[in-house]
Amino acid sequence: MLRFLTAVIRRDLKLAARRRGDWLTSQFFFVMVVSMFPLGIGPDPAMLAKVGAGVVWVAALLASLLSLSRLFADDHRDGSLEQMLLSPNPPVLLALGKALAHWLIYGIPLLLIAPILGVQFALPADAIAVLMLSLLIGSPVLSLLGSVGAALTLGLRGGGVLLTLLILPLYVPALIFGAGAVDAAVAGLGAEANLSLLAAFMVMTLLVSPWVAAAALRVSIE
Amino acid sequence: MNLAIFKYAAPMTFYRLAGRMIPWFAWGAGILTAIGLYIAFFVAPTDFQQGEAYRVIFIHVPAAWMSMFIYLVMAFWSAVGLAWNTRLSFMMARALAPTGMVFAFLSLWTGALWGKPMWGAWWVWDARLTSSLILLFLYVGIMSLWSAIDDPRRGDRAGALLTLVGAINVPIIYFSVQWWNTLHQGATISMTKAPSMAATMLIGMLVMAFAAWFYAIATSLVRVRGIILERERHTEWAAEILEGK
Repeated sequence: MLRFLTAVIRRDLKLAARRRGDWLTSQFFFVMVVSMFPLGIGPDPAMLAKVGAGVVWVAALLASLLSLSRLFADDHRDGSLEQMLLSPNPPVLLALGKALAHWLIYGIPLLLIAPILGVQFALPADAIAVLMLSLLIGSPVLSLLGSVGAALTLGLRGGGVLLTLLILPLYVPALIFGAGAVDAAVAGLGAEANLSLLAAFMVMTLLVSPWVAAAALRVSIE
Repeated sequence: MNLAIFKYAAPMTFYRLAGRMIPWFAWGAGILTAIGLYIAFFVAPTDFQQGEAYRVIFIHVPAAWMSMFIYLVMAFWSAVGLAWNTRLSFMMARALAPTGMVFAFLSLWTGALWGKPMWGAWWVWDARLTSSLILLFLYVGIMSLWSAIDDPRRGDRAGALLTLVGAINVPIIYFSVQWWNTLHQGATISMTKAPSMAATMLIGMLVMAFAAWFYAIATSLVRVRGIILERERHTEWAAEILEGK
C-alpha cells in the first residue's frame, strides 16, 4: 500500500522534473498576479502591509487552481490513469498520492516564494514567518480539495474555468484562516487561533477528500 | 422493505403522481402568496424603527430560508442517489437546483434593497450576506458542472458528489465567515437585537414562507417531469406522451 503511494508520488515528481516549463509557468503566474496589485492600488507601504497577506493568499489559490486543471488530465489522455485505476491498488491511495505530489511540486514553491512577495508588500519579519507557516499548513488544503475538482472536471470542455467555479467557494475557510493568521500577527494578536483552525481544516480535508476524489475519478472514467 | 411508496421511485409512476400534484401546489403557492402579501402590505403595522422599508422581509426571509433548505434537500437526494443508485433522486436534485439558485439570488437582491435605507449601503461584508453569496456561488458551481457534462449518468454522479462536498463545507464556511467578520468589523448593525416582532408580522412571514415552499415544490415537480420525459424518451410510455401533445 505504502509502496504504491510512494510510487505514485515519485512518478509525478519525475514527470514534473522533466517538464520544468510547466512548473515555472505556475510559479511565475503566482509572482505576476501578486505584483499587479501594488500597480493597481498604489505603492503606499502602510496599505500594502494591510492587504499583503490577502493578496498573496488569493494569488496562491489561483496559482494552484491553474496547475490543478492538469492534475489528472495528462494521465487520462495517454490512458495511464485508466490502467492505474484498473490495478488492484486502492484508488483512494492514487488520489491521495496525486494530491500529495501536487502539493510537493506546486505548494512548497509557493511558500518559498512568499517571503520575497511579503517584503514587496512591506510586511514585518514576524508576519512573513507567519505567512510562510500559514501557507505550509494551508497549501495541502488547496491540493487536496482541488484534486476533487480536477477529478470531477476530467476531460470536460472548459475544464480549467469550470474547476475554478467549483472549487474557489470551497477554499474560503483556508483563505480566511490563512490570511487571517497573518493579519492577526500584524495586529499583535497572535496567530495561533487562526493557524489551529487552519490545521483542523487541513486534517479534515486530508481525511475526506481522497475518498471523494477517488469516487469522482471512477465516475469520470467509466 | 416492501412499502407501497417505493413504487414512486420509478420515473413512470412518479411522472403521473407529479402531474397530479403540481396543480395543488401551484394553486396553493398562488393563494398563499396573495394572503401573505395582503398581510404584508395592509395588516402588518409599520415598524417603529425601520418604517415601511422593513416590509421587504416578507420576501427576503422566506427566500433566504428556502435557499438554504433547498441545498439541504439537494444534498439529501444526492446522498440517496449515490447510496441506492436511484435515478429519480438525481433527477430531483437537478430539478431543485435552479429554484434554489433563484431564491439565493432573490435573498441577496432583496437584502440589498433593505440594506440601502437601513444601513446606508447596498452591500456590506456582513457574515450572513457573505455566506449567502458563497451559497449562491456553490449553486452556480454545481449547475455549471451539470451543464458541462453531456452524459447524464456521469453528470448525475459528479453533481451529487460536488453537492455533498459542498454540504460538508457549508457549516465550515459559515463559521469561518463569521469568525472573519468579527475580526474585521465589529460595528455593523445587527438584526439580532431588534425588538420582538408584532404577531401579524410573524404570521405574514410564515404565510409567505409556506408560499415559497409550495412554489419550490411546484416548480421542481414541473422541472423533474421535463427531465423524466427527456431521459425516458426512448421508452414506450414517454413516447406516447410526447406524441400525444
